[in-house]
Formats: sequence, C-alpha cells, structure tokens
Amino acid sequence: MDNKSLVSIDDYTKEEILEVLARAAEFEKNPNCNLLEGKVIASLFFEPSTRTRLSFETAISRMGGRIVGFTDSSSSSVTKGETLKDTTKMVSNYCDLIVMRHPIEGSARYASEVSDVPVINAGDGANQHPTQTMLDLYSIMKTQGTLENLNIFMVGDLKYGRTVHSLLMALSHFNPTFHFIAPPELEIPRGYKIFMDKNDIKYFEHTEFDDIINDADILYMTRVQKERFVDPLEYEKVKNVYILKNNMLANTKDNLKILHPLPRVNEIAVDVDTNPKAYYFQQALNGVYARQAIIAKALNL
Amino acid sequence: MNAKKELQVSAIQNGTVIDHIPAEYLFQVITILGLDKCGNSVTFGNNLESKLLGRKAIIKISEKFFKDEEINKISLIAPHAKLNIIRDYKVAEKKIVETPKKVVGIARCMNPKCITNVEAVTTRFHVINTSPITLKCHYCEKITDLKNIRIV
Ligand SMILES: [Zn+2]
Repeated sequence: MDNKSLVSIDDYTKEEILEVLARAAEFEKNPNCNLLEGKVIASLFFEPSTRTRLSFETAISRMGGRIVGFTDSSSSSVTKGETLKDTTKMVSNYCDLIVMRHPIEGSARYASEVSDVPVINAGDGANQHPTQTMLDLYSIMKTQGTLENLNIFMVGDLKYGRTVHSLLMALSHFNPTFHFIAPPELEIPRGYKIFMDKNDIKYFEHTEFDDIINDADILYMTRVQKERFVDPLEYEKVKNVYILKNNMLANTKDNLKILHPLPRVNEIAVDVDTNPKAYYFQQALNGVYARQAIIAKALNL
Repeated sequence: MNAKKELQVSAIQNGTVIDHIPAEYLFQVITILGLDKCGNSVTFGNNLESKLLGRKAIIKISEKFFKDEEINKISLIAPHAKLNIIRDYKVAEKKIVETPKKVVGIARCMNPKCITNVEAVTTRFHVINTSPITLKCHYCEKITDLKNIRIV
C-alpha cells in the first residue's frame, strides 16, 4: 500500500493542491527534463480514452520515462478473465508507477490497495477523474492569478458530470461563490448542496442561461447529453437553451475565461473559439503540465 | 391471561433476548443472524408497542450466545436493539448494539458498477449518518441508504 496514490481529488489537502499547481507552473516553463530517467510507468487503459492517455504519455515522455501497457483491455489478458487484482499485482512488480483508466467505479482505490507502487487514477467509471480536476484548477489559477474568492459558473449536466463534482469539492477550499445553471432534470445533486451548506459555501441555482453570467470569473461548460433525459421531448426543450454563443459574452468581465473538459459537441458555438475569453484548448494543454506535477509528487521526485 | 402465564410462554432458561428491533426489519434480522437455519428454539413477537420505535419486535433464542461481530451485523438495520443474555431465567448481562464508524464486510454496495460487486473485494463503508443509517462506499464513493442496504 502506498499513500502517494492519487485516486480522488479529496486525497489532496489544500496545501498539496497548491504545491502541485506550483510544480505544474515549473513544468510549463521547462517541460523537458530527466526526472523519470530509468523509470518505467505502466499505462493501463481498460477502456479507450485517447485524450487522457495521450496527455499522460506526453507528460511521461517529456520527463524521460518509459511507458508500458495497453490502450484497451481487449488486447490484454483481461479478456481471458484475469481479475483487476491479479493484473494490478503483476504489473506493479514491473514498474514504478501505474496510471489506470477503468470503467468500474472504485477500481482505482482497490488497485491502489493491492499495488506495491503508486496508482494514479485516470478515470474510474462515473466516479473520479482527479487529474482532470487538477488541470481545471491549474487553468483557473493561471488565468485568474488565484483560486480564492472566485465566481464560478457551471453550466449544463450538473447531475452526472463528474468533472463538475470534483471541481466543486476541490474549489471548496478557496471560498468560491458557485452559480449552477442547469435544467431541473440535471441539477446539482442534493448531497453536494448539503456539503456546501455545511461548509458555508455560497451557491445559487438557475435554470436560465442569460446575462447573470456577466458576474462570472470562470464559466465551466459541460455537455447536456440526450440520453440523460427520460422524456426525449424534455431534451428538445432544453437542447438549445444551454448553448454558449459569442454575443452572450459582450458584457462579461474582462478576466472571464470559458472552460470545458472537452470533447465539445455543440454546447459552445464555434464563433466563441476566436474570443480571447475562450480557454478550452489551452486548458487541455495545461493537462500535460498538471500531470507532470502529479507524477513527480507520486514518485517523490 | 395472567402475567405469570405470559411469562411461561416466552421465558427462556438460557439464551439471548433481542429487544427493540424495528418491526419492519424483524425478518431481515432473522435472516442476517441465520436464525431461519439454526436448530435452536426461536420465538419471536412482532408489532409490540414501543415508546421508542412505535412498533417493535422481540426475538428469543434458546441456548445461543452471539459473538460481537455477529451482532454488529444487525446494527445497520436495528441500531437501537438491546440484548439480554439469560442464564437460568435471569438477565445475566445486557448489551447494546452500537453502530460502528466503519462497516467492513457486512453490507453490499448498492451501486451495481462498483468494484465490490464485480470482483471479490471485501466491502468497506464509512458511516456518514447513523439515524437513518447512511453508508458511503470506500471504493466507488456512492451512498447506500437504509432503504437499499443489503447484508452480505
Ligand atoms: Zn461501492
């Protein structure tokens, strides 16, 4: 067992979050180094996620590490019925660190308990994706100069969106004011409202996506997926309401930045892309630096 | 019916009396403790009046003394249960069931996509509320509430 694993964003204290973000800034200045020289990192993707995998592999390559692993479990012994426990134990004999993506929830926590080396969770089902949260935080820190006292607007699927939930938990250390904009079917789950009430975190809920965003420092967009609606007519009603268009940004704050975990489908109109407030592509690049910092911390480098 | 006769029907010489079981969970408690399969003489009463619970159930098991971990299993659904250990028709010892802070290997996670329901993993929960009992899975972090608790 190893407490250097990163399974949930809650595994990091406020101090550790800030430490990793400061380290990410160093990696951004000097991305290429030999910190991982002689180290072997296992990249176990039990389900495909090209974006996350490439981001991790870029981070590892820039640090001089070597990568072993598989990109989806159909090409591994898992299809022969090997358990996650056995795969993890075997691989943890070979390498210094495991990066794992798995469709089953709780798989990363379990792997971190049976592994002899640290495990970094690259997404376990609908549960956690802490490295995404760290790159979101890094993007916010970089564009706002701070994480403290910000007006954070979250838009779209707030019920199932795990990136939204993890970001909410992580930002709760920094005295945020949240505005949640979602259709009633996809509103933020009650558990998170209880958490915010208990911790004196200010939040407001809206169903209309309109000029209230003029107060926003960060506008965090997510996809509203058709399959989340029991009634397809309900989806037809909301599908165009939660699309961000360039003209909606006319009176927003100068420091506003628009984030999106990507891939985007149609929730951000293409005409927003050229607006200097659009930040989602740089956000993805920030993921490499954030992951470099997370890997360095996991290995105590 | 006089008091003496009532006592004769229900008294046991040696064994355990479990009192203050919520009426709706009587049969679950019987199942959890394996009383439906045990050879001892078991008597129970249900829908008895209770100031604490409204309606309660009592179970009396002859010649049976439970280990703490066996009894802990019922704490999830009968947190107010009280045990009287009977020896020679007298209450020799009283025990109360306490809800543990952590629940290990007792309950199942209600999330079908949880690793504990896919692979042979001992379930672990953090008790985030005791009344009503609310469990947070150590692995998938989903909440299992009283309505959905299933015992291993
Ligand atoms: Zn679970």
